[in-house]
Amino acid sequence: MAMEETVDGGVDVGAMEMPPRHSEFQRFCSVFFSRWLVIVGLVITVAAILLAVCAPIMSPYDPNKQDLEQRLSQPSREHMLGTDALGRDTLSRIIYGSRASLMVAVGALFVATLIGVVMGLIAGYFGGIVYMFIMRFIDALMAFPPILLALVIAGLLGGGLTNIVLALGVGLIPSFARLMCAQVLSVKENDYVMAAHAMGASNQRIMLLHIVPNSFPPLIVQVSLWVGFAILAEAGLSFLGVGIQPPTAAWGAMVNDGYKYLLTNPVLSFAPGGAIMLVVFGFNMIGDGLRDALDPRLRGKL
Amino acid sequence: MSGFIIRRLIQTVFVLILVTLIVFIVMRFLPGDPILLYLSEDQVRNFTPQQIAEVRHRFGLDNPIMVQYVDWIHGISHGDLGISMSYRIPVWEEVSRRVPITFYLGSIAFVASIIIGIPMGLVAAVRRGKWSDTVATLLANLGITVPVFWLGILMIYLFGLHLRWLPTFGYTSPIDNFWLSARQAIMPVICLSVFAIASSARQTRSAMLEVIQQDYIRTAWAKGLKEQVIIFRHALKNGLIPVVTLKGISLRNIFGGSVLVETVFNVPGMGRLAVDAMMSRDYAIVQGVILIIAVVVCLANLIVDISYGWLDPRIRYG
Repeated sequence: MAMEETVDGGVDVGAMEMPPRHSEFQRFCSVFFSRWLVIVGLVITVAAILLAVCAPIMSPYDPNKQDLEQRLSQPSREHMLGTDALGRDTLSRIIYGSRASLMVAVGALFVATLIGVVMGLIAGYFGGIVYMFIMRFIDALMAFPPILLALVIAGLLGGGLTNIVLALGVGLIPSFARLMCAQVLSVKENDYVMAAHAMGASNQRIMLLHIVPNSFPPLIVQVSLWVGFAILAEAGLSFLGVGIQPPTAAWGAMVNDGYKYLLTNPVLSFAPGGAIMLVVFGFNMIGDGLRDALDPRLRGKL
Repeated sequence: MSGFIIRRLIQTVFVLILVTLIVFIVMRFLPGDPILLYLSEDQVRNFTPQQIAEVRHRFGLDNPIMVQYVDWIHGISHGDLGISMSYRIPVWEEVSRRVPITFYLGSIAFVASIIIGIPMGLVAAVRRGKWSDTVATLLANLGITVPVFWLGILMIYLFGLHLRWLPTFGYTSPIDNFWLSARQAIMPVICLSVFAIASSARQTRSAMLEVIQQDYIRTAWAKGLKEQVIIFRHALKNGLIPVVTLKGISLRNIFGGSVLVETVFNVPGMGRLAVDAMMSRDYAIVQGVILIIAVVVCLANLIVDISYGWLDPRIRYG
């Protein structure tokens, strides 16, 4: 009968199964885990974090315990990577050194992200003269090499964990501020922001509830890409003697100490350097994976 | 275009003023009384408060902060950066002796990052997924993970101590003894360049990958143009735009790297000067060095911005 003709051309829609819809999370996972290098990086990073957290359990010796009879011993079954000039076990110091590196890197990035995000948010949201001032200040800050700036600031304030974290954090602010500002400038144009404004939402409310959550993905990528740099910078600073103070184990300082014994005990310098490379590699691979997975152009595909 | 240049110039002047402010504030807010650093222990103990006040007045440290700042700026514009305490000579003299050295090594690293890094990234992007891409990407990723000072120590161990091919440290000017200078400079330059080349390659690769996926490239293929023409005539100019802007920033990374490389290889350049001065609390030199480095980076960014405007017409009118 003519009236019974349906729009869908006779196909019984009810009997068909809807194709399974992938959630955003599933798509993210499938892109993120598609490269084996990224998975390797993830494993390394997780292992490094575990090592840092469980250092007391996992290290065979106390990293500060000096055994002067065993100074500068070669790798043996007793001391897997040998001992340094004061008889301290190298392997234990490397395990404990991961704490210093990770804490400084995380701390510095936290400082940089916090201050950078706030600066970028204010500059991007209010625009005009505020934008100009903040951006020029960021440009000025960006003219200083982070390591040099951290060297000066930490050198003035003295060594120690908090000062290094602050010094490095300040040096890293510019990239986050710029990124946040660019993000805010584009998110600001969205209709929901205009709607919130029209409804009378205060500036703080709009900024915190609407703009910040929508600017996040590139920031996460940026953070993960800079962790590696922060670890390298911390190692460089402790290599120069400005970083974490002895006797606390720090990889850069270990490389510096081992430098004197390069001919007889090369392990003393090579092992901590290798550790640095490995952890930085892990974080960089995660950063790459995150960048590919969070790429907005791939959203909705797959 | 000239309006663009003028605007950029004014902005750079403003940024330079902020740079001097930052340096001044960082250095002035150091813990401890600078007077006590100028005088020796004896003098501090034996001077009466009046004599100390006199010294303070002589160095102008009892003026309000703003006046001190203006005096300092005035001095800088006349080339007076203060007197170094460890070397007992004007800061400018010591620094100007070191600038050419750091400049020599740094510029080789910078040029290397352009002539090695960019083609590397280009090849990786164009031959994506093939063997050359995998190798290039792996090398680039390794390049940004290596700690610069560790690479230096590694090279010293291998080439200096074991194989004895190259001298392990020191620096000679190329004018004095070219062959020795070259042999001494190889390792520091390689260490300095590695990070720059690797990050150049990575940035070029991702920028070119983005460009290659554009529709106009597909149209060029459809038209039947040869691969070389497409890449060099169409893709490269657009792909290089983000890379060019990042080159300005890479300069400050090269300066940062020189701090470590010069320490490892005992090269008497600006980076080493900064470290040594920091250790011996010679704040006048530290102030001078970071000021000069920041100014150089600012000017380099200005040049980069202007060439960016020349490359991408959309920026000029923005």
